[in-house]
Amino acid sequence: MEILISLIPAIPLLGFLFLSLAGGRVPRKLAGFVGAGTVGISMILTFIVAFVFIGSLHHIKVWNVVLWEWIGAADMHANIAFSLDSLSLIFMFVITFVGFLIHVYSLEFMAKDEGFTRFFAYMNLFVGSMLILVMSDNLLLMYLGWEGVGLCSYLLIGFWYKDPANGRAARKAFIVTRVGDTAMIFGIFILFLNFHTLNTQELMYDASMNWVMGAPIATLTAALLLGGALGKSAQLPLQTWLPDAMAGPSPVSALIHAATMVTAGVYLIARTNVLFMLAPAVRSAVAVIGALTLLLAGFSALTQHDLKRILAYSTISQIGYMFLALGVGAWSAAVFHFMVHAFFKALLFLGAGIIILVLNQEHNIFRMGGLRKKMPAVFITFLAGSASLSALPLVTAGFYSKDQILWYAFSSDYGSVLLWVAGIVGALLTALYSFRMIFITFYGEAKTEPSFKPGKLMLVPVSILAILSVIGGFVELPDSLGNVHLFSDLLSNTLPPVVLANKGIPEYFFQILSAVIVLAGIYLAYIVYLKKPEASESFRKSGLHAFFEEGWGFDALYDTLFVRPVVWLSEIDKKDFTDIFNKGLAGIALLFNTLLVKTQNGKLRWYLMSLAIGITLILTYMLTR
Amino acid sequence: MNVFFYIAAAVAIFSTIMAITGRNAIHSLLFLILSLLAVSVVFYLLQAPFIAALEVIIYAGAIMVLFIFVTMMLNIGLEKKTEKKWVRPGMWIIPSILAAVLLTDLVLALQVAPTATAARQIVEPKQVGISLFSTYLLAVEIAAVMLMAGVIGAYHLGSQKKKVTHRFLEN
Amino acid sequence: MLTVPVQIQILLAGILFFLGLIGLLVRRNIIFMLMSVEIMFNSAGLVFIIAGSHWMQPDGQVMFIFILTVAAVEVAIGLALILQLYHHFKTLDADAIDKLKDKI
Repeated sequence: MEILISLIPAIPLLGFLFLSLAGGRVPRKLAGFVGAGTVGISMILTFIVAFVFIGSLHHIKVWNVVLWEWIGAADMHANIAFSLDSLSLIFMFVITFVGFLIHVYSLEFMAKDEGFTRFFAYMNLFVGSMLILVMSDNLLLMYLGWEGVGLCSYLLIGFWYKDPANGRAARKAFIVTRVGDTAMIFGIFILFLNFHTLNTQELMYDASMNWVMGAPIATLTAALLLGGALGKSAQLPLQTWLPDAMAGPSPVSALIHAATMVTAGVYLIARTNVLFMLAPAVRSAVAVIGALTLLLAGFSALTQHDLKRILAYSTISQIGYMFLALGVGAWSAAVFHFMVHAFFKALLFLGAGIIILVLNQEHNIFRMGGLRKKMPAVFITFLAGSASLSALPLVTAGFYSKDQILWYAFSSDYGSVLLWVAGIVGALLTALYSFRMIFITFYGEAKTEPSFKPGKLMLVPVSILAILSVIGGFVELPDSLGNVHLFSDLLSNTLPPVVLANKGIPEYFFQILSAVIVLAGIYLAYIVYLKKPEASESFRKSGLHAFFEEGWGFDALYDTLFVRPVVWLSEIDKKDFTDIFNKGLAGIALLFNTLLVKTQNGKLRWYLMSLAIGITLILTYMLTR
Repeated sequence: MNVFFYIAAAVAIFSTIMAITGRNAIHSLLFLILSLLAVSVVFYLLQAPFIAALEVIIYAGAIMVLFIFVTMMLNIGLEKKTEKKWVRPGMWIIPSILAAVLLTDLVLALQVAPTATAARQIVEPKQVGISLFSTYLLAVEIAAVMLMAGVIGAYHLGSQKKKVTHRFLEN
Repeated sequence: MLTVPVQIQILLAGILFFLGLIGLLVRRNIIFMLMSVEIMFNSAGLVFIIAGSHWMQPDGQVMFIFILTVAAVEVAIGLALILQLYHHFKTLDADAIDKLKDKI
């Protein structure tokens, strides 16, 4: 069993090694087979491990596998060690399963690309790093995985490197997440300084024993860790990189920027929930940030015209929901929404990839249309995904997960009515923009013709994800609808349960209210974007629209606040005196070159003369000594 | 017998000086042949008659003739003006100083050698032959291989393939 | 029997060698340079014969034979190279062949 657990992240990393060393010399079929196969093997191993784990859950809650000691210096010890509990198991399942489907999809999506092997090498490295992130038992190894996924995100966003805009987007993503990573490593430093251990479980135990609730040090540490989570998960104020990251191929957007990397922040907060419970100010901040982000991104998603940017803002918004859940103490609800979101968001991105590919790289939804009849399979799966995203009542998985979050936002001990209001407005916005996307892209008259039919390798993963988006929610039904608690039972071994405050209003009231709001949103979208498109014309031309479309001006704000001053400083510092040292070294080398070049003038007699003089000198010296 | 040695030495040095300072290539080569003949006399005086014969046959007879052939082939003797331009008197100073220094070094080094004047015997060519084919057999074989390499090298390096350019490209 | 001291004999060889060296350094025509090299070869061989006669061993003469062989091969190939040079550069000036010089 231990070998199986340690093989799960090892096999994709081996796949990365093989593919990166083989370069372009292996045939495509082999590269694709290795690339997708490694993730497939990891998926099968995860299933086996999950089966054994769940079977033995009554007596073992955590499996620890220590492979070897990585750093052992004074009292700092970090091992290459994995700890498997239900939280990491859920994440591993999503990473390998959804990852495998996306890899199979990429076999066809990237089939004509010249960087085919490189793509699968990077994707395998990503899957390996993400698995290390969720499986590691100490914070340093998790940080290694954290950095690894950041690197792969950079490599894959700028995958089509020949266009400099893609490179800029990749650099922006890397630098913005770096700000968060720096905060996180400071948090890890503080934790280590206080408790002299890096093992996550030990740290959480020590923190709960030694720090009182509300202690400044706990608040500081939690805030720093939150900074890291904000960067990776693209929440306020570090959300600016995710919309631009859509420059990468669609499978990349599906895997990294929808299902896995951006949820690393959720994993971090869930893993260190003890710390956040010790710092109520930070915990409330998590909820407030989540609520603000989901509203901000929802408004922005409503105004985008690029298909993938709508989905990017939608991702930011949905992760805002997960943060909201974490902030009110509904830990397992956040993870449940993570799993369901992974299914339907990956589905939406893969479907968008198919559409963009078939329409010859057309990204603007206003130039699409009429795809309902031309690409029925894609339409049905995309519809399933969007319905799940909008939390269509009763039939979609998204309803159960989002509804649970909204209920806990109100009824949890740390929740409030305001948070619930934000959540419900967000649900309305979600329904609006996702069905706006559906109506404009799939209905109406076709403005661009599809150029080919997508193949099985692209359609089968998309269909599987569509089915899961519908039935995936049935593992966790609320009390009023079926009282199935498989998911939260699994997670109750690791995460603390929600503390409910009795606020008097029963749950089904909220469910009915959210169902009504969602249906109203869909109907509103139908009226505004399908029936009477001219109703939205005046809005589209307004300044508010432009403001929302630019992401509420954050890019411009950061540009003025940070980018311009640094550029100005480096401009005026161009000719400072410390350059003399560097230039002096180069100047001296050049001087010697000019002098010495004269001795190499190619003339035979010059060389002979120097030989003769040398011999004379040496002989004279030897004889007269 | 000593006087013959000194005469031959004087001839050798004189003709070598004439060889290296000459302007006409053929004249220089002929002076060089003269120098080689004088050195051959020195060899004979040093009880090595076989080597003296070899020197005349191979060195003066083959190598120098090769030189003369090439000189005549390249028509160097006609370029008297360039030689005059190239060999200016001022250029002799520094190499002469160098050679003088080295000569002084040689003289100084020779002060320490003892002058042994034991009874001399002639080293018979027979002895040389036996030594060649017993002690130095391997070196003989290698020398033969080197000669073959020289033949092949000289053949290939000396051949000239006329560069054929298409008549459209000639301009 | 020759009773000239060995030092004088070697001095003769040395003078011949250095004359060849001077010729090599001063002359600009490649043929003359090769000729000076031959002078140096010859004087080196002379030293071997002197040594062989001094110690009364055949090794000196054997060495001279080998030196002779090497000189012959070297002249042959050297002259072939000079022919190629002449056909390529159309001159026998040693200073004209500086294609391997270091360009700044």
